[in-house]
Amino acid sequence: MTRELTYVGKSVPRDDAADKVTGAARYTHDLSLPGMLHAALVTSPHAAARIARIDASDAARLPGVRAVLTGADVDVRLGLYMQDKRILAHDVVRYQGEPVVAVAADTLDIAREACRRIHVEYEPRPAVLDPREAMKTAAALVHPDLGSYSHMEGVFFPTSRTNIAHHQKIRKGDVDAAFASAEVILKAGFDNPPVQHVPMETHASIAQALPGGRAEIWTSSQSPYTVRHLMSIAFGLPHNAVRVHVPYVGGGFGGKAGLNLEPLVYVLSKAAGGRPVRFVATREEEFNTLPSRQGLYSTIEIGTTRAGTIVALKATYVWDAGAYADYGVNVGRAAAYSGAGPYAIPNCWIDSFVVYTNKVYGTAYRGFGHLEVLWGVERAMDQMARKLGLDPAEFRRRNLLKPGDMTITGETFTAGHGEPSACLDAVAGAIDWGTPSPPPVEPTKRRGKGIAMLHKAPAMPTSTACSAIIKLDEDGAADILVSGVDYGQGTYTVLRQIAAEELRLPIQAVHINSDCDTAFTPYDWQTVASRFAYMGGHAVLRAAGDCLGQIRAVAAQVFGVATDKIVCENASAYPAGEPERAIPYRDLALGYTYPNGNAIGGPVIGHGRFIAHDLTHLDPDTGQGRPAQFWTYGAHGVEIEVDTETGEIEILRIATAIDAGKVLNAGLARGQVIGGVVQGIGSALWEGFRFDRSGHLLNPSFVDYKIPTAKDLPREMTPILLENPQPDGPYGARGIAEHPMISVPSAIGNALFDALGIEFASLPLSPESVVTRLAERGAEP
Amino acid sequence: MYDIEPRVNGHTERASVPAGMTLLEFLRDRLALTGSKEGCGIGECGACTVLLDGKPVTACLVLAVEADGLDVRTIEGEATDGQLSALQQSFVDAGAVQCGFCTPGMIMSARGLLLRNPHPSDEEIVEAIAGNLCRCTGYEAILRAIRAAAQQEVEPLPGEPDTKTARLLRSDQSTGGRP
Ligand code: FES
Ligand code: FES
Repeated sequence: MTRELTYVGKSVPRDDAADKVTGAARYTHDLSLPGMLHAALVTSPHAAARIARIDASDAARLPGVRAVLTGADVDVRLGLYMQDKRILAHDVVRYQGEPVVAVAADTLDIAREACRRIHVEYEPRPAVLDPREAMKTAAALVHPDLGSYSHMEGVFFPTSRTNIAHHQKIRKGDVDAAFASAEVILKAGFDNPPVQHVPMETHASIAQALPGGRAEIWTSSQSPYTVRHLMSIAFGLPHNAVRVHVPYVGGGFGGKAGLNLEPLVYVLSKAAGGRPVRFVATREEEFNTLPSRQGLYSTIEIGTTRAGTIVALKATYVWDAGAYADYGVNVGRAAAYSGAGPYAIPNCWIDSFVVYTNKVYGTAYRGFGHLEVLWGVERAMDQMARKLGLDPAEFRRRNLLKPGDMTITGETFTAGHGEPSACLDAVAGAIDWGTPSPPPVEPTKRRGKGIAMLHKAPAMPTSTACSAIIKLDEDGAADILVSGVDYGQGTYTVLRQIAAEELRLPIQAVHINSDCDTAFTPYDWQTVASRFAYMGGHAVLRAAGDCLGQIRAVAAQVFGVATDKIVCENASAYPAGEPERAIPYRDLALGYTYPNGNAIGGPVIGHGRFIAHDLTHLDPDTGQGRPAQFWTYGAHGVEIEVDTETGEIEILRIATAIDAGKVLNAGLARGQVIGGVVQGIGSALWEGFRFDRSGHLLNPSFVDYKIPTAKDLPREMTPILLENPQPDGPYGARGIAEHPMISVPSAIGNALFDALGIEFASLPLSPESVVTRLAERGAEP
Repeated sequence: MYDIEPRVNGHTERASVPAGMTLLEFLRDRLALTGSKEGCGIGECGACTVLLDGKPVTACLVLAVEADGLDVRTIEGEATDGQLSALQQSFVDAGAVQCGFCTPGMIMSARGLLLRNPHPSDEEIVEAIAGNLCRCTGYEAILRAIRAAAQQEVEPLPGEPDTKTARLLRSDQSTGGRP
């Protein structure tokens, strides 16, 4: 590509912003259909119990109630990777907040009143809360029938008669021998609590069961086609009998991937005679009932030479999957093959166990397990560096992946993967690494600096596919149809830039409708894993190429020249060297009409497709294989100030470097970095579920579960984007949306050690925990 | 039922509402003004912020009857004749919008600030939106947008990639953080 780029790489503003700043943008929360009913839920007050009896007769008699369903009425098990979850609890409840009875009524008030009149008798059981205990053979089973559940075979390995939903193994080299010969060994444990995604639009779905066994769904989802697919499997419907609409989505971050409330509203609609039924989660339900990010317990052991070369890494990751592990199993898989950090590690042994407990269930969350495992790995790397007497940046630099090195799954690292060491150098430079912080003004404050590396690849099936259609309009403008969802990342703008660039159209002439509709927009697996710009980008490139081919064929006939002599430029086509003869696209878009009335061609509609290539399942015993379409590497450098009296941590500055391959839209990329970093600060400093001894969630509200506000911004944030091109990426780009969040806690934890000399192993680094640890140290002799 | 006559975005609305109906329900369900969002329903997220006689309130905590005879301004009243206000335009230009769900409430909080204080300091801007949660943007672009609107001019987006030094791109040399 020698041509100067007109749009790709530029800060084109997102074109849905006008809808969003005027209130015109319609989200599922805002939709209303004629005859629509409203749903409410009775949820379990217990983390673990047998359901002895449900009496809903009072509720059913309430005027305005149109349907009341219990688990006995809907005996379907659902799941993308692991079919372990029912629409409504049946016989047993497995977490506090689990839906037990669902009601559809004329108004929400009536539905809620009906729920209050439903009496459920429970026989509470001891809750399984600690996944490390739950792994043991004597533990009570959250899913006694695990062995009979269907799941993605050959990829996930549930252990029947245990709580282990998946065991991912990574085995490379001879770890025992390597540790035996290692000169320095470090072993450390770390943990992360479960956290919430907190999309500002809570989960919401509307469904209508239509005559002839059809279903129509409107949903706040990242996954129109996966919803369609799983609905069709669950209810035995042909795929084209299920139509899924996704309007504007108010944030997802992974929590709206896969299937969520759609089956629930569908069965209610069916029970209510086909009237549309809507369910919108309250914020409390969003915390209690809808999925979260899994907790994690890590044990990490590193062996090095005296000089600081890593010879071996051994890690055990125990994931607190909660009551259902449909998506959790894949987090446990992906985080394992990334579970040693972006380092060259000749001998590696990782066991990643995804373990059922009686807590709200986990799912994908921005970073997909990587923030969690790298909390441990990147803290351990700092500890190791100190043990070796090396600067933590220097220790990392010696061990980072370089071209020719092999990853822990046996992939050869190349220059096309990006440059982790350049990311490290960039952040080190940005925070003046190596120069101690100037002492704070107040005597009760301490300052410190920390760095941490990050990496992640898309976690997706080996055959993940995506497609795009571009149609030219009567005026020569272009409409892109895709089924990936832009729930804020800005991918639609990037796809418009690519199409405008390729089609030689002004950017204003390229449009993407914000609504996905599986009846019209073409297949895309689902919008997760930071792969939409990469895969959708390719699909749009090819669709644009297809359009250009059609335009050239007609123009060649008109001009009587070969197709390869046709130039497309400025929304028009002309024979090379004769721009004055240009025919505007508007005269070609529907076909060309000669002066005598004859016409040729026809409406220009291009399609493009893309499928993941060269990926393999990982070997079940060794984890070797090729799991990743591309890797994205990065680093954070942070300087903090901690108040030793209040325990509060202030971020003075944070620099984030990501090797993006190619920045497709600088403004949007910056938005992803800053948004991700601030979300990472939430995970670092405040966020985490707290449960009591019986498994009740203690902080299901914004008062008790703090997320970052405008007051919590770092004093300075420096996003740095590197451009070492991805050889097979569109314009050289790779995904960057999840990455800025990963390893923010690790960098802050490392800075906290620098400031206080105290090792923190548990997240969040809340003021209480800082104060407690300082007091403990103060109490030491 | 209570008869109320609030003035909503300049139009007098006559309605009969139950005592317990919130202003947010009234706006969204009765007037179909769905620009105001419900992010929590209990006054903790700011997504439902509207102006009541010029002052920002969380409409989920105000009863519809309390708006009787008062002036209510929602996001739908921010643009005039299809023209975005300078505030809206600077949200667009600064990249202050991602999923957009917090945006109407953010803009109304900012509007309330600019009405009472046309030249706010950076601290006053932070204070004005401290009750509006945004999970996507990290707030930095929002602060920049409000600052720019206050100055009636929009800062160019930093971070145009420097294609010559292709490898290392620092998209912001200076502060990208809190003022
Ligand atoms: S919806 Fe009113 S403050 Fe959250
Ligand atoms: S833009 Fe998504 S919550 Fe603010």
